[in-house]
Amino acid sequence: MVTVENLHKKFNKNVVLSGIDLNINEGGIFAVLGPNGSGKTTLIKTILGMVIPNKGAITVLGKNIKHNSEYRSKIDYLPQIANFPSNLKVKELIKMIKDLRGNTNEDVRLIKLFNLEPFLNKKLGNLSGGTKQKVNIVLTFMFDSPLIILDEPTTGLDPISLIRLKELIQTEKAKGKTLIITSHIMSFVEEVSDEIVFILEGEIYFKGTINELKTKTNQPDFEHAIASILIDNHA
Amino acid sequence: MLKILKYSFYDLMRSRWSYVYFIFYLLLGVVLLFLNNNLSKAVITLMNVIIVLVPLIGTIFGVMYYYNSKEFTELLLAQPLKRSSIFLGQYLGVALSLSMSLILGLGIPFVFYGLFKSNDIWDFSLLLITGTFLTFIFTALAFNIALSNENKIKGFGYAILLWLFLAVIYDGLFLMSLILFEDYPLDKLSLFGTMLNPIDLSRTLILLKLDISALLGYTGAVFKKFFGTNFGLIVSIIMLSVWVVLPVLRIVYKSNRKDF
Amino acid sequence: MKKIIVSLVVVFCASILNVKAETIEVCATCNITSIKEAIVIAKDFDTIVVKKGTYKEYNIIIDKPLTLIGENYPVIDGENKGEIITIHSDNVTVDGFHIINVGTSYIEDYAAIRVVKSKNFIIQNLKLENLFFGIYLEKAKEGKILNNTILGDAIQEYNSGNGIQLWYSKNIDIENNYVQGVRDGIYLEFSDFCNIINNVSTGNIRYGLHFMFSNNDIYQDNTFEKNGAGVAVMFSKKIKMYNNIFKKNWGSASYGLLLKEINDAEIIGNTFEENTIGINIEGTNRINYKNNDFIRNGWAMKVRGACYTNTFFENNFLYNSFDLSYNSKLNDNIFDNNYWSNYTGYDLDKNGIGDVPYRPVKLFSYIVNRTPETIILLRSLFIDIIDFSEKVSPVFTPDNLLDNNPSIKKIEW
Repeated sequence: MVTVENLHKKFNKNVVLSGIDLNINEGGIFAVLGPNGSGKTTLIKTILGMVIPNKGAITVLGKNIKHNSEYRSKIDYLPQIANFPSNLKVKELIKMIKDLRGNTNEDVRLIKLFNLEPFLNKKLGNLSGGTKQKVNIVLTFMFDSPLIILDEPTTGLDPISLIRLKELIQTEKAKGKTLIITSHIMSFVEEVSDEIVFILEGEIYFKGTINELKTKTNQPDFEHAIASILIDNHA
Repeated sequence: MLKILKYSFYDLMRSRWSYVYFIFYLLLGVVLLFLNNNLSKAVITLMNVIIVLVPLIGTIFGVMYYYNSKEFTELLLAQPLKRSSIFLGQYLGVALSLSMSLILGLGIPFVFYGLFKSNDIWDFSLLLITGTFLTFIFTALAFNIALSNENKIKGFGYAILLWLFLAVIYDGLFLMSLILFEDYPLDKLSLFGTMLNPIDLSRTLILLKLDISALLGYTGAVFKKFFGTNFGLIVSIIMLSVWVVLPVLRIVYKSNRKDF
Repeated sequence: MKKIIVSLVVVFCASILNVKAETIEVCATCNITSIKEAIVIAKDFDTIVVKKGTYKEYNIIIDKPLTLIGENYPVIDGENKGEIITIHSDNVTVDGFHIINVGTSYIEDYAAIRVVKSKNFIIQNLKLENLFFGIYLEKAKEGKILNNTILGDAIQEYNSGNGIQLWYSKNIDIENNYVQGVRDGIYLEFSDFCNIINNVSTGNIRYGLHFMFSNNDIYQDNTFEKNGAGVAVMFSKKIKMYNNIFKKNWGSASYGLLLKEINDAEIIGNTFEENTIGINIEGTNRINYKNNDFIRNGWAMKVRGACYTNTFFENNFLYNSFDLSYNSKLNDNIFDNNYWSNYTGYDLDKNGIGDVPYRPVKLFSYIVNRTPETIILLRSLFIDIIDFSEKVSPVFTPDNLLDNNPSIKKIEW
């Protein structure tokens, strides 16, 4: 599905990714983890073509992404902080994204699912962070793409919406899609992901299932396993 | 690109600032024409306003729009769209909506004043054309500054400096160098110096209409050719177009290499 | 109307001298086929009527009081051989000819028609083309030059002549003529008490109207357009200039009006529009400027020096690039109660007069005098700023040069 070969990226003199090789197979939920500033978001953004690598190649669905924008129609992306044009109404934003990507009717169901009907005619500038995130989720899930990338999807969500989100993720997985997720909420990652990759200082420290990680670190639970990696490396 | 342009344009057309800008020109037009009741004076005052204010608003608005729509841009970047389409679309959206405010704001009072029956319609059209050029040039320059500076405050600082330099300081240096080298033939140098600053270029274009009598008083052959024939008008318009195209090309170049 | 005047003049002349005048006809099929021949056989105060046709003649000398009338504009073609008509007698009228191809010479000033030491002549309704000099008056008096059209094709000053030239002449009326494409449209040298009224002088390479050492002349209601310079008045006294229009005289040495060594003149009610320099003055004293309009000139007035006690009252200075330029810090001229469209003051007591004096000389005009190329910075914000600072505290421009009573409204008269 997604192949990353020897990926290097620095911002000015600050090396963020140094030689990442990664292969994400089709189907399943794939979590990208790592401490703050480890390069998670940069990795995702290079896959999306928003950050341009200094070295290395990325293929998505068998196509090299360099000088290519069309492959993004196969990706649904949920950005970390959603700040939309404040003059637009929710309805108009949805219409606009549909205009840009093609039509769909999924939005009606999703709007109902997240109880967004009362906000449809409000301007985005007047919405709370949580509501904005719900709009963000609707925009991501209303298309039917084989690859879904979620950057911190749980931010600001109330418990009910969180449950709905998890359900959504599972439905998409059931359809055989590939999902790439970053999150700081370890319980959420543990609950949904099939495989994780742990990035540390721009390199892949670990790739495998959660159970394999527990075995490797000799820790009984996932959260402690992660913590032990961090302590070992910073001690 | 057209879709992005459409959304940026509508977005801006609904923003408070577009109205403020539009109403400012509307009031200016009404005051100049109906309270002063003097077309020649109105055109001269408008020229001063357009040459100073349009670049300022263009730069500030361009930089502001870029920084304010940063997250939205990121949303767009994840869509199957070319980067150049996104930025050119946004750029054209800003430049067009600013030009619209200018043209409608000044145009409406002039139309009501009965401009179409007056001889000053050419002077006035030239003013609007120049204003539109300046809007496109300075919005493009603003996008360049914003694309090159992640830091918002730095970006604003550079934008204001750019305006201050081109609107005032450049002419000061220009004047000093002309006086310093007054013993040498200067007509080529002075025309060349004008070409390098879009504000001076627009001013020259308007001078061709308003002050042709004075300009023809100078003896230099190059000057004479420039101001005495359509040569000056054509060269100025071409140079203004170059001033639009170059920054726009840099927007495309820069945006294709930038990380978000 | 013109014919009536002509015949009245003929009748008048004939009756006072009590001579029976005869009419001689000239045409290709008449007994007499050339104008010269007709003049030879004519007696004093006869009328010669020339019918339509082309007459290839030059050196036609009129040496007795005669009236020459052309019917339907007969053509006299000088074939570029020399002067065409020369008048050596008083009481001559020449009316209604189309005179072409005057010879060009670098030694003699050939004219289409010349009047030498004569008076009481009328030269009217002529059309002159392809000429060297047009109408040349030499020590002539009490004559009239009316309704003539002079169309030259002069390109350079040194090999072209003037449209209407007066030399040591007096009391001449020049009215309703149209002069175009010669060196000077109308030129007066040592000629006094002439009236130049309602003429149009345009597209001439040097001046539309030119005075040299001529005094007490009046010119009014004339139009001078697109000449090298509109009107030049030099070394002359007591010239009255009323209600003329000076327009579009463009170029590096182009003026609407050029005054040099002029005293005691009056310049009233004229319009100076879109000239490079409206009025250029040098060495002029005691001149009254009143009720003139200066509209969209490069410089409304350029004052070059040695100009004393001139007064500028109630003129309108409208949208000129520069209102006034001085080349020195001295000023002995008075500006009062003019309207300046560039005035930015206020009138709080509502008496129609600005409460702050207007300073018509800008620093930038001083800079442009020094370095002409800086004109390219006209109307720049930077220039506005330095002009403002000079206005607040004058350093380079005369600090007593002020209009203390600038009018708030355009002056009407």
